[in-house]
Amino acid sequence: MNEEKIIKLQQFAKRVRNHIVPMASDGGCFLGASLSAVDLLTYLYVDHLNLHKGNLKDENRDYLFLSKGHDVPALYGIFAELGWIEADRLKNHLSTEDHIYWHPNRNIPGVEFHSGSLGQLPSVSIGVAMDIIIRGGENRVYCVMGDGELNEGSCWEAFLVANAYKLDNLTFIIDRNNFQANMATEDLIPLESLVEKFESFGMMTQRIDGHDFNALEKAFSNIKGQTGAQVIICDTVRGKGLPSIEARADRWFCNFSQPEIQELLVELNEGFGANLVAETLVVR
Amino acid sequence: MMTYEKLLEKTALEDDRFIVMTAENRALVRNLPASLGNRFIDTGITEQTMLGAAAGLALRGRKPVVHALSAFLTMRAFEFTRTSVGIANLPVKLSSFIPGVLSDGNGPTHQAIEDISIMRGIPSMEVFAPADEEDLIAMLPQIWATENPSYVRINTRPALLKHKPYVFGKAEQIFEGKDCTILTYGFMLEESIKAHQLLSDLGFQVGLVNIRNLKPFDGDLISKLASQTSCFITIEDHFLTGGLFSILAEHLVKNQILIPTHSIAFEDRWFKPGRLAEVLVHEGLDAKSLVEKIQNFIQK
Repeated sequence: MNEEKIIKLQQFAKRVRNHIVPMASDGGCFLGASLSAVDLLTYLYVDHLNLHKGNLKDENRDYLFLSKGHDVPALYGIFAELGWIEADRLKNHLSTEDHIYWHPNRNIPGVEFHSGSLGQLPSVSIGVAMDIIIRGGENRVYCVMGDGELNEGSCWEAFLVANAYKLDNLTFIIDRNNFQANMATEDLIPLESLVEKFESFGMMTQRIDGHDFNALEKAFSNIKGQTGAQVIICDTVRGKGLPSIEARADRWFCNFSQPEIQELLVELNEGFGANLVAETLVVR
Repeated sequence: MMTYEKLLEKTALEDDRFIVMTAENRALVRNLPASLGNRFIDTGITEQTMLGAAAGLALRGRKPVVHALSAFLTMRAFEFTRTSVGIANLPVKLSSFIPGVLSDGNGPTHQAIEDISIMRGIPSMEVFAPADEEDLIAMLPQIWATENPSYVRINTRPALLKHKPYVFGKAEQIFEGKDCTILTYGFMLEESIKAHQLLSDLGFQVGLVNIRNLKPFDGDLISKLASQTSCFITIEDHFLTGGLFSILAEHLVKNQILIPTHSIAFEDRWFKPGRLAEVLVHEGLDAKSLVEKIQNFIQK
């Protein structure tokens, strides 16, 4: 990937983060988990998926299912940048007059399916991938999952079935930010060695830096021509872009005051550390 | 003679929206892999993944008909049915095998006697309980034709009588009777028919209704019968809570209809497993036991 393209993607991702941060106020959102997924989602929507404003309902489009769900501010930030929804609409976050709340739903153009209950969308993705294969389609299905989500047994059941049906058009993407709700994953239910686990389920597995656009491009170019479902583990940093909240167990759901949001935006765009003395912390 | 499997095969061959799925419960669909090819999908013993995948297939325009044992179809996969199928209101059609007492010797792990209660709680889910194979074959084409999800208590036992034609959402009034009216569904119609005969022989005028649909419920018929009969008696192989007795009570209260009602159901316990005929006697659900209970109700 050339330097110009990388800069373009980085700038896009920064604009997406600028959409996300204000949602962490006046009711709040899952800020940390949203920021970890921004770069990988940016790469997919801007540079990889066969998905654009004109084909959102076309049966030959690529499908992206956001199984971890609570990172939906990242998705909406991307949709706003792509012009699928008005950026101003994000100000309706948590208003009952709109459909922009803590988890995705199909009232928002571009959202393929609602989520929020972890471990549901791997199997829904399987159904879509199966139908594409039955119909002889060329399109692909991507399922973005959280690492904490892998605690759910239904994920592993779905991996068994994906392998059994050799769903070569299906890619599971793990946002490996090392935290689940309130704890580091390895301090609660250790997930490692993840690569070996996925490989033992028969899936071609890659592990990359999920904030490196070069690595993302390379990994996603490798999935074509495989004989079954694949996994890309994206090592990421929860809260990426805001050093004052990065990789902290207590920064999952965040609800900041307006002055704090302004400080966080300065931190995001100019690199100065935000002063979060008066922050409201809500652990759910 | 038309069977469940032949009807499903015919339906799927005529309409390629239909996909037949099973969580390795092939009793009803053993011959379909050969005729349906890749539109037959066996996900193995994975009720959750089957329901999730069915939602995905339905999202692509398909109508999956999914098969599993009732207890696991309704309870193991419940959240997938409620959340992935139900919230999206996708036309996934659940075929539930060995519901109620039909799990006979399996034991409480396999006893789906809360299935009606659970499934009717999902908005947009339609719930049906055909009385026998003839009833099943008559009802399924209309059940499968809707764009809503549905749950069917599969029952392939031979019919004891010639049914009236099925009208979607309508119950079948088999007999009229001023002394009481039995409301029942699914397998329990068999014993209810026998009990009705015994009660008639004793001189009682007993009405009998094959409810057929638990949701949508034929409230119009109930409202009409309330003025023509002395009391309602619900008979069901289901927990008392959440099944037909609850549905009836909801209808009567909502419409402020005052009429004595009695129930024969499982009250907060599982039933004793065994051979079906012996289970019925042990649980007081055989025709003779029903007659005794109904006589007591009438004489109250």
